[in-house]
Amino acid sequence: MNDFSKWKFTRREVLKLGAASAGALAAGSLPAAQITDGGRKPVNASVAMDVNGTPQNVTLDTRTTLLDALREHMHLTGTKKGCDHGQCGACTVIVDGRRINSCLTLAVMHQGAKVTTIEGLGTPTNLHPMQASFVKHDGYQCGYCTPGQICSAVAVLDEIRNDIPSHVSADLTVKAQFTTTELRERMSGNICRCGAYSNIVEAITEVAGSHA
Amino acid sequence: MKPFSYERATSPAAAAAAAARTEGAKFIAGGTNLLDLMKIGVEEPMHLIDLNGLALDTIEATSDGGLRIGALVRNTDLAADQRVRRDYGLLSRALLAGASGQLRNKATTAGNLLQRTRCPYFYDTNQPCNKRLPGSGCAAIGGSSRSLAVIGGSASCIAVQPSDMAVAMRVLDAVVETVRADGQTRRIPIADFHRLPGARPHVETVLERGELITGVTLPKPVGGMHIYHKVRDRASYAFALVSVAAIVQKDGSGRVALGGVAPKPWRDEAAEPYLPQGAKIFTAHLLANATPTGENAFKVVLAERTLHAVLAEAKGDAS
Ligand SMILES: Cc1cc2nc3c(=O)[nH]c(=O)nc-3n(C[C@H](O)[C@H](O)[C@H](O)COP(=O)(O)OP(=O)(O)OC[C@H]3O[C@@H](n4cnc5c(N)ncnc54)[C@H](O)[C@@H]3O)c2cc1C
Ligand code: SF4
Ligand code: FES
Ligand code: FES
Repeated sequence: MNDFSKWKFTRREVLKLGAASAGALAAGSLPAAQITDGGRKPVNASVAMDVNGTPQNVTLDTRTTLLDALREHMHLTGTKKGCDHGQCGACTVIVDGRRINSCLTLAVMHQGAKVTTIEGLGTPTNLHPMQASFVKHDGYQCGYCTPGQICSAVAVLDEIRNDIPSHVSADLTVKAQFTTTELRERMSGNICRCGAYSNIVEAITEVAGSHA
Repeated sequence: MKPFSYERATSPAAAAAAAARTEGAKFIAGGTNLLDLMKIGVEEPMHLIDLNGLALDTIEATSDGGLRIGALVRNTDLAADQRVRRDYGLLSRALLAGASGQLRNKATTAGNLLQRTRCPYFYDTNQPCNKRLPGSGCAAIGGSSRSLAVIGGSASCIAVQPSDMAVAMRVLDAVVETVRADGQTRRIPIADFHRLPGARPHVETVLERGELITGVTLPKPVGGMHIYHKVRDRASYAFALVSVAAIVQKDGSGRVALGGVAPKPWRDEAAEPYLPQGAKIFTAHLLANATPTGENAFKVVLAERTLHAVLAEAKGDAS
């Protein structure tokens, strides 16, 4: 659609932007496409959102993902960056009641949003039932995927309560049910490299049971 | 990612006009495909127009007994809608077979239709790719083509359109509704929406510069058994190698489209009279012009076998 091949940069322009990244240019190995990068100036924008009950008002580069805004600008590092491409679920947070991958959305797209991260679910002295259940059932090994798993798990139980069907629901015309098969499918957007899956399933199942 | 300016759209027509007028502008909806591609430098918009504030997020009954799905309806909400589950189960099934719960919560109807190919060379900016960089060549032809098209491709590109949702919409005879930069609206049958690559694989749809999708309409329900079978490398959270979307009636007649095999959902109405004769004969007609590579010839066989399973399931439940 956009034909950027017609963009031509003069040597002066390339040098001008090179000043900003002199180290990189000195290395001399950047492909042309990256050298032209500075032809565009970074754009800042302000965005206000509620994060874990606290109003946050930040000014950031429009390129900043919600994930990076949480981690780098609000210093809420509980949310993890695994792949940065929607493929692992480590960055899962709950926005306006729904779990999303915070790596594949821009912070500026969330003006007025209500964001809940792992830090907002519970505190070390007052754990959310899902956090407590993960501890009880050893629902992790290294723990890197865990904040995403827990945010996802909390949202999954809501999705079942709200009658959102899944790929493994046998009959679309009956209300969504909690089963192990359903849980595994619904949690498939959260990868655990340590393979703690069976304990994760136990941890969530216990919380689901206490809700029923 | 390259810098870009950002604005929030105020109306569909204004968004279309702004997109046509602003150099390097792109719409952003869920962002789950566009941002992915921007991070690796495949997409380099200079300006983003955020559609999320537009009131295009409802599903409404149409006067002729069908449904109108707003462009911004999230994949989760579309799949969960009671009317869709009851009358267009194929669509729910296809959506639920795609991506993950998190992604479906963000992904929109229009964004899903316009998601770009998962060809590995399209993603690798060090490789020639006519779709990403017109005229640079195609690394997939003669390269690793296991996941790519067996039919509908060209000497320039054999990429697959990866949307599951679009395959179901093709069977349902959906119509894409748009508004153009001049404020004119139009309705595009889904069969005509995605283009075959020919010599210009970077032009993937018939949309014009700035043209905004406002919604998708479904004609009134046609009944029958709705089945979507997706075959992939793992049981969930993976794109299709082959998928079969089918509506099968009690007498064995029906409609079928294939996903994972072509640059667009692959359906041929002229082949459908052969459906009652079984998967082998029907697939022979539907894929008569297939030109698979050594690496993806399995898809032709897989399509037939998957359809065979679909037809067996339809028979079992219908009798
Ligand atoms: C890890 C992963 C796995 C996935 N697995 C699957 C899968 O198995 N099956 C599947 O089908 N999909 C899958 N997807 C893709 C996913 O479905 C798409 O990313 C999503 O549907 C895109 O919708 P969006 O609203 O986020 O689009 P965006 O990323 O916001 O936009 C996509 C494109 O559409 C354009 N656009 C958006 N809205 C409009 C409009 N109203 N009018 C005109 N242009 C518009 C944008 O400019 C952009 O070019 C997967 C994605 C990821 C990251
Ligand atoms: S098949 Fe298409 S998308 Fe893939 S490398 Fe070739 S031109 Fe690019
Ligand atoms: S970091 Fe977001 S899905 Fe992996
Ligand atoms: S606990 Fe290590 S990745 Fe899941």
